[in-house]
Amino acid sequence: MADAVVHHPSEAGAFEPPFLGAYSKKIGMWLFLLSDSLTFGALLFAYSYGRIATTNWPTPFGQHSIINASVMTACLLSSSVTMVLAVLAAGRHDRPWARNWLIATMIFGTAFIVLHAWEWNGLRAEGMTLSIFPAIPHAEATEMGKQASAVPQFAGTFFALTGMHMLHVTIGVIYLGVLAFGRKWLPVMALAAIGTFFIPAWSTFHWLTYPIIGAIVVIGIILWLKPKQYDAPDIEVGGLYWHFVDLVWMFIFPLVYLMSTRIT
Amino acid sequence: MAEHNEHAGHEHGAPTGFIRKYIFSLDHKVIGLQYYFLALASVFIGMLLSLLMRIHLIWPTAHIPLMGEIKPEMYLTLLTMHGTFMVFFVLTTAPQSGFGNYFLPIQIGAPDMAFPVLNMLSFWTTFVAFLVMIAAFFVEGGAPLHGWTGYAPLSAIPSAGPGETLGADLWIISIAIFCIASLMGALNFITTILDLRCKGMSLMRMPLTCWAWFITAILGLLAFGVLLSAGILLLADRNLGTSFFVPGGLVVNGTQIQHKGGSPLLWQHLFWFFGHPEVYIAILPGMGVASQLLSTFSRKPIFGYKAMVYAIVGIGVLGFFVWGHHMFMSGMSPYSAFAFSLMTMAIGVPSAIKTFNWLGTIWRGRVQFDSPMLFAVGFVSLFVSGGLSGPFLAQPLLDIYLHDTFFVVAHFHLIMGVAAIFGIFAATYYWFPKMFGRMMNEPMAQAHFWLTLIGTYAIFMPMHYEGMAARPRRYSQLTEVAWLQHLMPVEKFVTYAAFITIAAQFIFVFNLFWSMFKGQRATDNPWHSTTLEWTTATPPVHDNFGCKTPVVYHGPYEYSVPGAPNDYVMQTDPTPHGGHVPKEDKPLEAE
Ligand code: HEM
Ligand SMILES: [Cu+2]
Repeated sequence: MADAVVHHPSEAGAFEPPFLGAYSKKIGMWLFLLSDSLTFGALLFAYSYGRIATTNWPTPFGQHSIINASVMTACLLSSSVTMVLAVLAAGRHDRPWARNWLIATMIFGTAFIVLHAWEWNGLRAEGMTLSIFPAIPHAEATEMGKQASAVPQFAGTFFALTGMHMLHVTIGVIYLGVLAFGRKWLPVMALAAIGTFFIPAWSTFHWLTYPIIGAIVVIGIILWLKPKQYDAPDIEVGGLYWHFVDLVWMFIFPLVYLMSTRIT
Repeated sequence: MAEHNEHAGHEHGAPTGFIRKYIFSLDHKVIGLQYYFLALASVFIGMLLSLLMRIHLIWPTAHIPLMGEIKPEMYLTLLTMHGTFMVFFVLTTAPQSGFGNYFLPIQIGAPDMAFPVLNMLSFWTTFVAFLVMIAAFFVEGGAPLHGWTGYAPLSAIPSAGPGETLGADLWIISIAIFCIASLMGALNFITTILDLRCKGMSLMRMPLTCWAWFITAILGLLAFGVLLSAGILLLADRNLGTSFFVPGGLVVNGTQIQHKGGSPLLWQHLFWFFGHPEVYIAILPGMGVASQLLSTFSRKPIFGYKAMVYAIVGIGVLGFFVWGHHMFMSGMSPYSAFAFSLMTMAIGVPSAIKTFNWLGTIWRGRVQFDSPMLFAVGFVSLFVSGGLSGPFLAQPLLDIYLHDTFFVVAHFHLIMGVAAIFGIFAATYYWFPKMFGRMMNEPMAQAHFWLTLIGTYAIFMPMHYEGMAARPRRYSQLTEVAWLQHLMPVEKFVTYAAFITIAAQFIFVFNLFWSMFKGQRATDNPWHSTTLEWTTATPPVHDNFGCKTPVVYHGPYEYSVPGAPNDYVMQTDPTPHGGHVPKEDKPLEAE
């Protein structure tokens, strides 16, 4: 068979103009985000359905929760700004600054994850939990926890929505890391996985080990099959993902937190 | 632009090692075949399960080798896994991921899919889903019994029955993995069509197969994301102690369930929001293939190309607004039922347009009844037979009687099950020469066709009658029920018909593998088709067109063009009337 011929590049412009002038990866990312928004849409639908169908939906979140969630929101908003700067720098072919801004974005993202997992630990300690979650040592249910667990749907939807979102942010940080550091990012992730693994098993932080290990496998396969240096268009596509994840939070924050505030 | 070409898959030459070439291949053609053979394995599993069900229905105490007697809950397991394998691993896999992967890039003149790595990952993810699904048979308690629709609360409560413990978890996990794989596949298909059409291949010059794959991919992209969420929530209900789908105060097998306050209807909404588009995911590629073949084998342009395109798009759009017709019985408000009923009947319009255009295409054509054509005609026949019962079911009043009877079973098996399978057969007989360089044996193919056509009608037509006689769906052991006694002869007839039809499928498999090695050698364009896959080498080389990108000058179905020297004009023919004929095809022109 004439397989050897394939090495020649095809003549440029042999294709119809691409859709809206966009290159494939960008379209691919838009499409992924479209389907992912339906995935989140279905979760939000389930949340609204449960909320409407339940007469005594609890509103237990006090000042502390809202401040924490606001700080998390601020982290994500800032990370969107640094992401824009990273894309701009990459567009100027300014590799060092593109990388610096990516790192800044990752730091904000990581701060979000840490605050969020911390919050989960706190809520679980107060008694707002799911039956499967391991008990937190020395924890004692508070008024807030009792209120929240009066309707099991409340904790269920909270953990499903924010958990899914946290997973997306975690994947986002890992993804940006690959864009910034390429192959060198794998050992860093391995260290992170080992680090989180040794956090006690009851802690939400411990669970981060599993998505990280999953990511190591997938990224390992991709880099093995298609080793490459990531360039400006790749960073732009990564930016799309990151902004989308921020956008989703802008739905979760009012729906799940602000609308469940204790009004005193 | 540089980025654009980079995806064209040129920069890596053909891989050499066995693993990179056949196992973790990035070549869309190899991946297409991998999907095809996965579907072939699945269809045999599904068929075996249905055989056991049919045996059980007429001889409930029969002793099955290795299994013993089939207990009622075992019957439900067979039913669930039959439906699951057929819908997900056959009807979603072969027509779209299998043939779509193989022929979509070639038909639009692309060297590969837009994202070859993603393509490979999506196949192997599907394969993992397949393994997990198989594993469900072998864990303690066996496979689940909640049906392919996985209705809660049965599916949400591990103590609800055997198979609802670990088996059900594996089932849900497998479906979730399958969703992720399908999403990856769908976005690859869409991007490929949007970005990798060769010069001259405008959207309105694409073969209807490509349009069908395109719209199917969009449906998949929008529908599987929702099923994924539903699956995650169901897993959470089962394992994390949430209660999205389980109502409060439920008593199962004498114990009160701890869950509070969820709604089983939420599952039905989420599932059918996916489920109805899914039935079109199964059938649209078959429609594309039927259109392509009816035109080719009637030696006539497709009747109303544009109408066909708009009809596919219309079906795709409407398909998202009719899910409620599966829930007329759920106590929904009559106003919603009315709206869903209206939308459902509206979707009959584009379906009818397609049907009439198919008939218009054959009308007064010089029809050649080769095996691909027979199966394409069979597809239309089954689609019409199954489709006619749709508008009846779409009436809430009638549906309240017919729902959960064998009438529905007859409806969806004809229109979705067997019609889509006929699409797969048609595509196999048509493209086999291109994929393997040999022709399939025609007498065997003809025998296979007639046995299968008559067999499937014999199986599914009587089911309408049984349904109207109120024979319920998803029940085992009706042999003892007095008021269904008069249906037993029908049940027997159906089972015997199933024996014959299943036996006939071995002709197909034998023909498939025998022809791969012993079939008559094929020319590059044995059917005198016009589309791009028939301009390539047989089988196509690694980048399809041997480092040239074709240029397209014609629409896809220019047959019997007045004034043209041949009765077909290749899409790549630069002359207006198609004077140019590839040399090697000349001798066959005699017929
Ligand atoms: C003229 C167009 C159609 C109409 C009006 C129609 C109508 C309906 C209705 C009302 C039901 C619900 C019956 C019940 O459960 O009580 C139904 C079930 C079903 N239809 Fe159709 N249908 C149409 C076309 C199709 C097509 C094209 C497919 C597949 C390719 C399909 C596949 C199915 C399946 C799989 C079910 C049963 C699902 C289940 O309950 O397991 N239908 N159809
Ligand atoms: Cu439907």
